[in-house]
Amino acid sequence: MSSIALQRRSTLSHLDWLESESIHVLREVAGQCANPVLLFSGGKDSLVLLRLAEKAFRPGRFPFPLLNIDTGHNYSEVIDFRDFRACQLNERLIVRSVEESMRRGTVVLKAPGESRNKHQSVTLLESIAEFGFDCCIGGARRDEEKARAKERIFSFRDEFGQWDPKNQRPELWDLFNARVSKGENIRAFPISNWTELDVWQYIEREALDLPSIYFAHKRRIVRQNGLLQPVTELTPAREGDVVEELSVRFRTVGDITCTAPVESDADSVARIIEETAITTITERGETRLDDQTSEASMEQRKKEGYF
Amino acid sequence: MSAIEYLPEIDNGLLRFLTCGSVDDGKSTLIGRLLYDTKAILADTLHAMTRTSERRGLEAVDLSLLTDGLQAEREQGITIDVAYRYFTTGRRKYIIADAPGHEQYTRNMVTAASTANLAIILVDARKGVQTQTRRHSYLTHLLGIPHIVVAINKMDLVNFDQATFERICNEYREFATSLGIGDVRFLPLSALDGDMVVDRGERLDWYRGPTLLEVLENAPAAHSERDEPFRFPVQFVCRPHRASDPKLHDYRGFMGRVESGEIAVGDEVLVLPSEKRARVKAIEIFGTSLPRAIAEQSITLRLEDEVDISRGDMIVLAKNSALVTRRIEAMLCWLSETRLDPQRKYLIRQATRETKTAIDLINYRQDINTLQQMPAEFLDMNDIAHVTFKLAQPLCVDSYSANRATGAFIVIDETSNNTVGAGMILGGFKSEVQQRYDASVAAS
Repeated sequence: MSSIALQRRSTLSHLDWLESESIHVLREVAGQCANPVLLFSGGKDSLVLLRLAEKAFRPGRFPFPLLNIDTGHNYSEVIDFRDFRACQLNERLIVRSVEESMRRGTVVLKAPGESRNKHQSVTLLESIAEFGFDCCIGGARRDEEKARAKERIFSFRDEFGQWDPKNQRPELWDLFNARVSKGENIRAFPISNWTELDVWQYIEREALDLPSIYFAHKRRIVRQNGLLQPVTELTPAREGDVVEELSVRFRTVGDITCTAPVESDADSVARIIEETAITTITERGETRLDDQTSEASMEQRKKEGYF
Repeated sequence: MSAIEYLPEIDNGLLRFLTCGSVDDGKSTLIGRLLYDTKAILADTLHAMTRTSERRGLEAVDLSLLTDGLQAEREQGITIDVAYRYFTTGRRKYIIADAPGHEQYTRNMVTAASTANLAIILVDARKGVQTQTRRHSYLTHLLGIPHIVVAINKMDLVNFDQATFERICNEYREFATSLGIGDVRFLPLSALDGDMVVDRGERLDWYRGPTLLEVLENAPAAHSERDEPFRFPVQFVCRPHRASDPKLHDYRGFMGRVESGEIAVGDEVLVLPSEKRARVKAIEIFGTSLPRAIAEQSITLRLEDEVDISRGDMIVLAKNSALVTRRIEAMLCWLSETRLDPQRKYLIRQATRETKTAIDLINYRQDINTLQQMPAEFLDMNDIAHVTFKLAQPLCVDSYSANRATGAFIVIDETSNNTVGAGMILGGFKSEVQQRYDASVAAS
């Protein structure tokens, strides 16, 4: 009798705990919101979100469609994978593109080749208005960046899509408040508490497929401010650039013009986990050209409606 | 040592903890030290910190810069909001809720404390127990954090003197006992130099206890310390009805998270508030069937019997029910700049249920510095009060001291949709359902 009493009660491993919290968040979105949508880029974090949605809602359909804001500057491997995965899951995928917004005149580029990353906000807000979404589920994590460390799991946005860091809704226990008035919306971040390493460990455990550019491959690059800039049609080598061919992989996938790969031989998830565990550069610092501009650049973009 | 050398072999789960103290107590430095010494700070972050430290004319890297947050905060030189930080030792993953310590930020500390299972309360060795130490301890206790670590910091500034340490411990113990705080641990440390944080250092050799990190590594996980009653608030009902799959035609899954306790296939459950009985047919996660489920697991429950269940209902074990009530007494922390107006109706969200509520009575306001009870007609932001609520719909509750998940609620202002209050249900009751069950067991 006493030996049973002394036995420790089982508790969840850290990955199981994170998974369970994320499922809980997704089900709260489904329970509280009338018309939610899941932002799906084909990138690793959103692929993790899809697996979590399967765990949350199968054998039913997802209680939300998937939405991708296509900058028109995405790697084709990622776009193909996006379509393949949505089809495989038999879920509805909505694609809206920055190029449509440019044609409408709501996005005006300063220079033809500039990064369209920040312009996604405009197209996203237009899509929210078009479909009347009251909640957008995103794959952002608090460990990515300073401004995100203080963001709620259910983050309120006004009708301009703005995040007001000084005036966030208190978020206590796991009691989420997704109430909004017409035109306003909630951004829900089910994997807020995950780190990059957690994401990779989960991808390994769940044996999730990823777009090929996440794994080591040969690519022509130019070294620029300590980052590797891929040589592509959009970002051709300029005169005087030294073009090298290296074994690289992407840690994040986004707009071609602002996403840099890292030098790596990791050709499997297990090897990526090894590299991630010993890496000495934060994910965004190493690979996002747009976050380096100013210390507060993410905070600035989020205030403007960036997801 | 690189992180790879201690990647998980044993997974000791996850611990959420809270740090309380003001900038002067060295809270930011302590968090920076924990992250730095567990190699959780990455090179580019460190590089940015080094640059900023140099710009400010400092000789060493200022570790507190790590928790230096938003542009809006930097402009004002203050911390506004709760920030969450992460590190792993390989054995365990940690989530730090870093809350500003100032009195006017009571609501932030309450927020940060709501999800923590351990609190580190920082005391400046030169100053001893201060008003804010009492305030932090009271809030920590109010929010039901089971483990408290009093970190007596800046030992380097009192020559690592043991007598100073002992004196502060005694002083703290005295008032902690008066609050009813049980588990307290005391640690001497220097966050600035790192003594007793991750490494022992050599200057506190009279201290034989564990380092701060050792305390964290061995702190009991939530839900591991006592038997808890099974509580399962239903979040979502799954009825697939897919024409292509006739097997799914009658499928009804009740989706939610086990908030406490355990459930096994075959158990007899009670659905609240209807009090209908049923037996568990299956426990599923994404097509996998489990024989049992434990606290914090998100699952799908299927029942043998056809029972009408919807979001907001709570499934419990027939032998250990919750209280179904239209009236609750609670300690309420007011979070909004708009004061609580007892004439108005508000919304309460508890577990997965939402109901309209009216304030019956503000019994008293608790002064969090003197701990005295004062009369109150309304509540301002950061006030904490004993309040009685009338509810339009019944809630299925436990006392907060018995169950943090089913004893907690938030108050929502229907006009602004904002979360304006946080409540902790007071107990000492035995539910009617439970009384009837106990009577029936006694009768048979």
